[in-house]
Amino acid sequence: MKSIEKSSLNSNQLKDISQLILQEAKRAGADQAEVSVATNKGFTVSVREGDVETVEYHQDKGIEIDVYVGKRVGSASISDIRPEAIRSAVEAACHIAKFTDEDPAAGLADKTELAFDFPPLTLAYPWSLTVDQAIKLACECEREALSFDKRIMSAEQTSITTVGGHHVYANSNGFLGDYPYTRHEISCVLVAKQGEEMQRDYSYSIASDPKQLSSIHHIAKEAAERTVNRLGARRLSTMKTPVIYLAEEARGWWGNLIAAISGGSLYRQSSFLLDQLDKKILPSFVHIQEQPHLPHALGSAPFDEDGVATRENIFIDAGVLRSYSLGTYTARKLGMKTTGNAGGVHNLIIQTSKEDLAGLLKQMNKGLLITEMMGSGTNLVTGDYSRGAGGYWIENGEVQYPVHEITVAGRLQEMYANLVAIGNDVDVRGNIRTGSILIDGVMVAGE
Amino acid sequence: MTDILEIARHDLLDPTGLTDTELQRVLHQLVSRQVDYADLYFQSTYMESWVLEEGIIKGGSFDIDRGVGVRALSGEKTGFAYADDIILPALLEAASAARSIAKQGGDQQVKAWHKLPGHHLYQPINPLHSLSEQDKVSLLQNVDQYIRDKDSRVIQVNLSLFGEYESILVLTSDGTLAADIRPLVRFNINLIIMQNGRRESGHAGGGGRVDYHTFIENKLAYDFADEALRQAILNLEAVDAPAGPMMVVLGAGWPGVLLHEAVGHGLEGDFNRKGISAYSGRMGQQVASSLCTIVDNGTLPARRGSLNIDDEGIPTQNNVLIEHGILRQYMMDKRNARLMNTVSTGNGRRESYAHIPMPRMTNTYMMPGESIPEDIIASVKKGLYAVNFGGGQVDITSGKFVFSASEAYLIQDGKIGAPVKGAVLTGNGPDVLTKVSMVGNDLKLDTGVGTCGKDGQNVPVGVGQPTLRVDELIVGGTQSS
Repeated sequence: MKSIEKSSLNSNQLKDISQLILQEAKRAGADQAEVSVATNKGFTVSVREGDVETVEYHQDKGIEIDVYVGKRVGSASISDIRPEAIRSAVEAACHIAKFTDEDPAAGLADKTELAFDFPPLTLAYPWSLTVDQAIKLACECEREALSFDKRIMSAEQTSITTVGGHHVYANSNGFLGDYPYTRHEISCVLVAKQGEEMQRDYSYSIASDPKQLSSIHHIAKEAAERTVNRLGARRLSTMKTPVIYLAEEARGWWGNLIAAISGGSLYRQSSFLLDQLDKKILPSFVHIQEQPHLPHALGSAPFDEDGVATRENIFIDAGVLRSYSLGTYTARKLGMKTTGNAGGVHNLIIQTSKEDLAGLLKQMNKGLLITEMMGSGTNLVTGDYSRGAGGYWIENGEVQYPVHEITVAGRLQEMYANLVAIGNDVDVRGNIRTGSILIDGVMVAGE
Repeated sequence: MTDILEIARHDLLDPTGLTDTELQRVLHQLVSRQVDYADLYFQSTYMESWVLEEGIIKGGSFDIDRGVGVRALSGEKTGFAYADDIILPALLEAASAARSIAKQGGDQQVKAWHKLPGHHLYQPINPLHSLSEQDKVSLLQNVDQYIRDKDSRVIQVNLSLFGEYESILVLTSDGTLAADIRPLVRFNINLIIMQNGRRESGHAGGGGRVDYHTFIENKLAYDFADEALRQAILNLEAVDAPAGPMMVVLGAGWPGVLLHEAVGHGLEGDFNRKGISAYSGRMGQQVASSLCTIVDNGTLPARRGSLNIDDEGIPTQNNVLIEHGILRQYMMDKRNARLMNTVSTGNGRRESYAHIPMPRMTNTYMMPGESIPEDIIASVKKGLYAVNFGGGQVDITSGKFVFSASEAYLIQDGKIGAPVKGAVLTGNGPDVLTKVSMVGNDLKLDTGVGTCGKDGQNVPVGVGQPTLRVDELIVGGTQSS
C-alpha cells in the first residue's frame, strides 16, 4: 500500500485567505471582523486480528467569520475557499448582523490586549510514518496485547492516528497570528472473557511529538493489564467512603471547577462558584496555575481565540480562588479584564504532593479507587454531582477486587472541602495535568 | 421540482458540472482492484442558528459544509477518504486514497444504477426559508417575554433556534442511486430561576424534520418554555436523592434513552460481528422480560431520528429488535451485513461525508403494554418515579450503563412524593431488561432532542417508551435509605 500526498494549503495561502475575508467584510459594511481558519491533514489506521481494518484519510478545512456592525454581531462558517463562496459567507454574516441586537460587550479585543508579539512556540512535530508502517506498528501492538493473557479474547480495535494542522486567527484590529501543530495517537482497546463475563478496557498515548508517545510495548501491556484486571467485577454495598480518582479521571473532576469559574457560566449566573473570588474554596495545599507555553504540550497556544496573549494565570493559590477564566466578551460582561482564556485554559497544572499512587492508596487504607467514570451528572448551577463509576475496592492500601455498576455522588463544594491529597502520578495526556486525588466521605451507591 | 433525486442533483452536482459518466468512471476505477464494493456520498448542509440571551438577540450564524466521501470495501477492509471540494480532481484523489486498501487482483464491474426510491416521511423543503429573519428573532423575543412575564423569579433565559437543510446523493458500485433531502429544526430553552438565594435551572426543547412553523402553530415553543419553568420550580423544592438499589418507575417518552443505552447499542451489527457485545450470539434467546417488544423504526413521519433512506441508500425499516423478550434482529449497515451473511436493515448512518458509515439507531422505542400508568405507580411500595432524563452512556461489552435523571420523585406506598435532585441511575443492560415487570399502555416518543454519539460521530435519533416498572436499578443519590 502506498501513502499518497494530497494537495494542501500552505501558511501563506491561509493568511491570504484571512486577509481577503477581512477586506470583504469591510467592503460589505462591517465595522470590525475576525476570522479563524483551521486546516488539518493526516490519517488513521485501525487493525484487527492481525490485519488492517480501516484506513481513513483526513483532510479538513474550516473557516469561521464574525462581523460586527456597530455592536451587532453576525457569524458564518464555510469549508469552501473559492472567492465567491467567501464573499457569500461574509454577506450572510452581515445579513445576520442586521437582525441581532446591540450588545455593549460585543466586539474585538482591545488592541492593547492582542498578542502582536506572541512567542514562537514549537507545537508541530511531524511524524514521518507511512500508512504501511502505521499498520505494521498497530499490528505489533495488537499481537503483543493479545499474547499477554489467555483471557484476552480479542482486540476491539488498535489504531494509530497522525494529524498535522495549521491555525490562523486574524482580525480587523491588525492582528494576524498563525501556528502549525501536530497530534499523534496510539490506542489499543481489548476485550477479556472469563466464563460469561466480558470486560473491555484500553490504553492510549497521545502527544504532539511522536518521540513522546509511549512505546507500543507499554501501551499493549497497560491495555492488557487493565482489561484482565476488570474481570471478576462486583458491586459494592451503598456507603460513604473515601475515594481516589485515578489521575485520568481526576482530570474531569477538575474540569468541573474550571467550567464553574469560566466567564460564560458566571455572567449567566449558571455557576455554583458565583461571588467566590478571593475566597477559600479548596484546602490550603491546592495550587492551580496555567502554563500556556509548555513545549510539547497539546494544550499550549501562544494566543487565545480572541488573539489575546495567553499567560500564566494563577487560578487557585493556597486554596483561594484568585482569578476567573475569562475571554474578551465574558470579561466585559463581568466588568473585568480578559485572562486570555477565550476558548478555554491552556495546560492547567495542579500542583502535586510528594506521594505517588501507592502512597495515596496507603493513606486512604480502605476505600474506592475510581478508574472509570460514566455518564454526565454534574449540575454546575448547584454543584450537585452524581456519576456512574467503576474501579477497585482497596483495603490495607491494596487492591482487593474490581467493582462496577456503582455511582458516586455529592456536592462539589463539599468534595472540594474534603479533598485530602493530590498524588504525583501526573497524567500529561490532557489539557489538565493532575495526579490522582484522594477525597474523604463520598457517597457511593451500589447494592 | 418535487423529485428528490432531481433536487439533490441540482444541489450537489449541477454547481460542479460533474456528469454521470465521470462518476461512473470514478466508481469503476475504485472497484477495479479487488474491491468488493465502493460508494460515493455527496452531501451539502446549510445550517443556521439564532440565540437569545439576557433579553437580546445575541448572535446568529449561517454555516455551509459540502463535500464528498469515497469508500472502498475489500473483505473486512475499508479504505476511506473525502474531499471538501466537490470537483473531479479532488474526487479522483480521494478515490485513489480509498482504493489503496486493496492490493491487487480482480476486475469488478460497476452495476448499472437504478433509482432506489425511499420513503416520503418529510417534505423536501429548506426550513431556513420557512420564516423571515424578522419572524425568527420575533419568535425568540416573544417566548422570552412570555416566560419572564409568567414568573418574576426567572433571572436568565437562553433560547436558541436551529435549522438545517441537508441534501445527500449516494452512488454505489452495486447499482444504487439514491438521494434524500433532509430538513431538521430544533428549538431549545434553558432558564434559571432564583428564590431566597437558591438558583435552579430548567430546560426543554424539541423539533423534527419539519419547518419552523411547527414552533409557532399550536404554540409549541411556548410549551417548551412552560416545561422548562415547571422543571426549574420543581428543582427549588427537590430534596437529596436516595442512594442504592430501588424499584424504579420510568415515565413515558424520553426516558426511553434507557432502551437506547441499555439495549440499542448492544444490538448494533458491528459489535456483534466482532462478538464483543453483551448480546453477541444470543439471537433467538430470551434476553428481556416477555413484556418487552423493542423496535428501531426509521419510518416514522417527520421525526428527528427518521430517514427516507439511510446513508448507504437503503430505505429505512421498522425493525423488531426484541419481540416479547426474544432477541430477533441486529441493526445492520451494508458492510457488517455482508460480513455476517445477512442484509442491511437500513441502519447505515454517518455524521457527514467526512465520516465512515456504521450501524446506528434511528427511533428506538418499546411497544406499549397493557398496564395503566397510575396502576404501575400504585404498585410500588417504595421506589423512585423518574420522568425526565439527561443523557446516558453504555459499555457495550460488559452491558453496564448509566443515565441521569433530571426530574424524579420518591414513591411511598403507591403515591408520588417529594421531587428529588438529579441523580444517575446505573445497571446492566441485559440484566435490567429481565427486570421489567410492568409495561404501560401509554407509549410516547420524545420531543425531538436526541443526539447519539458513537466513535466520535453524532447523529440525530429518537427514543420512546410507555411508562414501565423496573424491579431494581441503582440510584446514585446521596441519601442512604
